[in-house]
Amino acid sequence: MSRALPLAAAVVIVSVLFLLPLGTVFAEALRHGLAFARDALAEPDALAAIRLTLLVASIAVPLNTAGGLAAAWCLTKFDFAGKRAVLVLIELPLTISPVISGLVWVLLFGANGWLGHALAAHDVQIIFAVPGIVLATVFVTFPFVARTVMPLMQAQGRAQEEAAAMLGAGFLATFWRVTLPDIAWALLAGVLLCTARAMGEFGAVSVVSGHIPGVTETMPLHIETLYNDYQSAAAFAMAACLGLFALVTLAVKAALEWRLGINLDGAR
Amino acid sequence: MRFRARSALPGFGPALSLTLGWVGLIVVIPLTALALRALSLGPAGVMASLAQPRVFAALRLSFGCAGLAAAIALPLGLLLAWVLVRQHFPGRRLLDSLVDLPFALPTAVAGITLTDLFGPNGLLGAPLAHVGIKVAYTPLGILVALVFVSIPFVVRTTEPVLRNLPPETEEAAATLGAAPWQVFWRVVLPALAPALLVSFGLAFARGVGEYGSVIFIAGNMPMVSEIAPLLIVTRLQEFDYAGAACIGVAMLAGSLMILGALTAVQRRLEARG
Repeated sequence: MSRALPLAAAVVIVSVLFLLPLGTVFAEALRHGLAFARDALAEPDALAAIRLTLLVASIAVPLNTAGGLAAAWCLTKFDFAGKRAVLVLIELPLTISPVISGLVWVLLFGANGWLGHALAAHDVQIIFAVPGIVLATVFVTFPFVARTVMPLMQAQGRAQEEAAAMLGAGFLATFWRVTLPDIAWALLAGVLLCTARAMGEFGAVSVVSGHIPGVTETMPLHIETLYNDYQSAAAFAMAACLGLFALVTLAVKAALEWRLGINLDGAR
Repeated sequence: MRFRARSALPGFGPALSLTLGWVGLIVVIPLTALALRALSLGPAGVMASLAQPRVFAALRLSFGCAGLAAAIALPLGLLLAWVLVRQHFPGRRLLDSLVDLPFALPTAVAGITLTDLFGPNGLLGAPLAHVGIKVAYTPLGILVALVFVSIPFVVRTTEPVLRNLPPETEEAAATLGAAPWQVFWRVVLPALAPALLVSFGLAFARGVGEYGSVIFIAGNMPMVSEIAPLLIVTRLQEFDYAGAACIGVAMLAGSLMILGALTAVQRRLEARG
């Protein structure tokens, strides 16, 4: 009895707060049938939003993967002064409001920003254009890869890499042949989490985008436009695409955690 | 003192340069620009900007709702963590994965979905409206959205601590005659207190800045249900960059101070053991 009660309460909490919203996304998307949802996604503005989202993710994710791996390498395999400060800076974007993550780029590159006049003089547009969206996305997804691979690299220690170095391997050979095979799955999870966040980011991108339909609207921004335009079913059709991707991410993460027997806690 | 300990491994220089360059470009320079822009008003100007009734109301709403939501999420998240760690039941893995949903689901998707569910005609909103509780387009809606995003922080922070707390301690307390609530209050809670503090801080910091999952359900009435991040967006649209930066700095300073204070208390609790 005393064990069934907490379990029942937990099931109720998860059902109401998590399962019900998840079901709602797909139910609302299919309210007018699958054909309607498919047609809504085939609208020119919707297609443009999907294309832009994929473009932004395909720029931001590789950049942050390279940066995250470099950070993980020097933070886990070496001891140096100021290590904690670098760690704090890497984690910082996680505690910063998405709106502030967009705001900082407007302050730098916006019309009244520090570099706004210089950019305008050279006819370079960053804010209200694709470069700004990329910058905001990079800022927001910055910590994911480093956070996911670092616990594993820390736990593995340095002995294997040191042995490789003694035997004459250079940096690339050591990293490619010794470190990478061990962290490959965690890296995959980190890249996936980074991609999911890059595709789903709303606040930061909303501030720098300018909301020009078909031009600077990503999928989440297009959801907002459709929803505010009372095209609820079309909005939910696009939301269902992102929701589906989120579910895949969760499933892969769960499968990897089960396989590796560790926690890949990079999700927040 | 040497800058770094001797190491046989290659690649420190390039990796560190890349890291520092990347962190500098993406994090340090933009945040410096934020601080400088706010300070360009001078200390008195910053205070005057934050003391405007509309700004003050938005900050109070954001910090208040974030704190309340984190406080509500604490017992709910703790219960979920306890069930996930202590009980074995079919579907445990599924429950475990679902807890991460607010992390994985894009905020805009969560926003329109919660609005749909809790709206006047929604699956949950309609019965609640029937008994006179209006959720969507009121501050209560903000609270619902923030509890939704706060719960995973509590579950994921307390879970590892619970796992390291052997069930035998709870059983021992029970055999010695403690009632279930005594076991919880005297045995489980003290061990979890540091983790709970940290999870409160993380949930709070997230809640203060949360935007996408809130703006759809909030109603966004100035002075009533307008959150601070939304006011930043409004200020930017008015090209009041300094005003926007002031609100941003106040939000950041507030959440980092609370996060820092809670982490300090956590360290002391853990040191006392």
